[in-house]
Amino acid sequence: MKQKMSALSKLYIALIIVFLYAPIVVMIIFSFNSTVSTSVIGGFSTRWYQSLLHDTGTIKALTNTLLLAVTSSLIATVMGTAAAVGINAMKRRWIKKTTMHVTNIPMMNPEIVTGISMMLLFVFAGAMIHKDDVLGFGTMLIAHITFNLPYVILSVLPKLRQMDPHLPEAAMDLGCTPLRAFFKVTLPTISTGITTGLMMSFTLSLDDFVISYFTQGPSFETLPIRIFSMTKKRVTPDMYALSTLIFVAILLLLVLLNVSQVRGERKLRNKLDKEGA
Amino acid sequence: MTKNTALKKAISAPYLVWAALFIIVPLIFVVYYSLVDAGGAFTLDYIKSIGRYKDIMLNSIWLGFVATIICLVIAYPLAYIMARSTKNVQRTMMMLVMLPMWMNLLIRTYSLMILLQDTGILNSVFSFLHLPERHMINTRGAVILGMVYNYIPYMILPLYSIMAKIDYGLVEAAQDLGASRTAVLRKVILPLSLPGIASGFTMVFVPSVSTFYISKKLGGSTFSLIGDIIEMQFKSANNYNLGAALSLILMVLILLCMAIMNRFTGEDDDGGVLI
Repeated sequence: MKQKMSALSKLYIALIIVFLYAPIVVMIIFSFNSTVSTSVIGGFSTRWYQSLLHDTGTIKALTNTLLLAVTSSLIATVMGTAAAVGINAMKRRWIKKTTMHVTNIPMMNPEIVTGISMMLLFVFAGAMIHKDDVLGFGTMLIAHITFNLPYVILSVLPKLRQMDPHLPEAAMDLGCTPLRAFFKVTLPTISTGITTGLMMSFTLSLDDFVISYFTQGPSFETLPIRIFSMTKKRVTPDMYALSTLIFVAILLLLVLLNVSQVRGERKLRNKLDKEGA
Repeated sequence: MTKNTALKKAISAPYLVWAALFIIVPLIFVVYYSLVDAGGAFTLDYIKSIGRYKDIMLNSIWLGFVATIICLVIAYPLAYIMARSTKNVQRTMMMLVMLPMWMNLLIRTYSLMILLQDTGILNSVFSFLHLPERHMINTRGAVILGMVYNYIPYMILPLYSIMAKIDYGLVEAAQDLGASRTAVLRKVILPLSLPGIASGFTMVFVPSVSTFYISKKLGGSTFSLIGDIIEMQFKSANNYNLGAALSLILMVLILLCMAIMNRFTGEDDDGGVLI
């Protein structure tokens, strides 16, 4: 039974929302401040948004971040989906278990440990080939793929387990090659899991700071890294302007997703109603 | 069929190689670096020097633990209210909880710092209300607040998703049979939501204990957590060996905490609750 919320519940929710959003509201307000101050409001202005447009460093960092997120999430999704299919087919329990334990490591380990462990590997490998500037796009890409993989595998694997194993077999009995059976039967069945994995990888990669921080080099700067080096000194409000823009973009994306979901459900319900009538 | 299974196994090969190279080998490097000196000769000095950082380590675990418990206490009723409300409210609430997670952690922490500053907005509000101004930044409380603020969505989401699955027929049955409200909570809802508590606990505790940014910004320079010390070894002190030794200890401590946690909840690690 769903019930109407009591006044106390409403108050509780409201308090938590205020807690979660107060710092974000502060940030948005100060992004429109006419002075550099982050404690006194001088007046309304859009100067920080304008200066953002001319800040080539930040724009470069933004494109770098997107490039890294797109490539790492795509590679992780392909490799992770293949891995999930393989793991699902594994017969020996201990091999399967060991593989899953290893897969869980990047999720369980503190990010800082994952970051420094990879940094040590890269620095060591760099010293072996007498190259002192190994850290850069390549090492960050490897690191991001590595921490994305478990999320892809763990979203695809349950879908594979739920799937009726006789379906691809039936397709093959009817003359499909194994590859064709995979693309025609298995892939559509597990597609929601793959999409979830891809989305998670993409957002994790966009937002990652800690692991990037230890595997990054001066040649390739992402947005979180740039924000970090700026917050070391006094932050100017153009960082707020940038964050406000990101916030609005994410908000719009989420609202759109929600609306399309609600529409889809409504359509389905209408269809069912008609069929029932 | 055997040919097909062999094929299926083969396509996981790239991942297995990848996992060995970039998950296992790096961890071996952590162990290796913590057991040798800068010249590469075997030494136990770094592992032994951990004693000097005992207080910082215990402090990190304590603060992380307090933050996790606060998250649990705040999130539990919220998750319950969410799970029992209408579909539309659930959807909106999910969105509102997840939205701040997608804001960069650094920016969120920095905004929090601005709120808490001595000349910050909270103090302006206090003086406007004729309340005494308070010194809030660079205290333990500020660091805990930062952890709670940044990681509470990771507690709310697993709790909510497990509570949404609870069959409320059970709650009603317990009520019909005369159970009081506390008895229903203790005997029905709490046991059924244990897996959610376990995964929320992990998801908040691990990043809280190992954080270095939150403590740096909200705790000031006088306040260090284990994450700060490790970060320093790699980014400024250039003492990779000590850094590796400290990371190794951190990793072992966290695994121990998780093992204790799993004993309490009796959770099987096969599958687990992913958000």
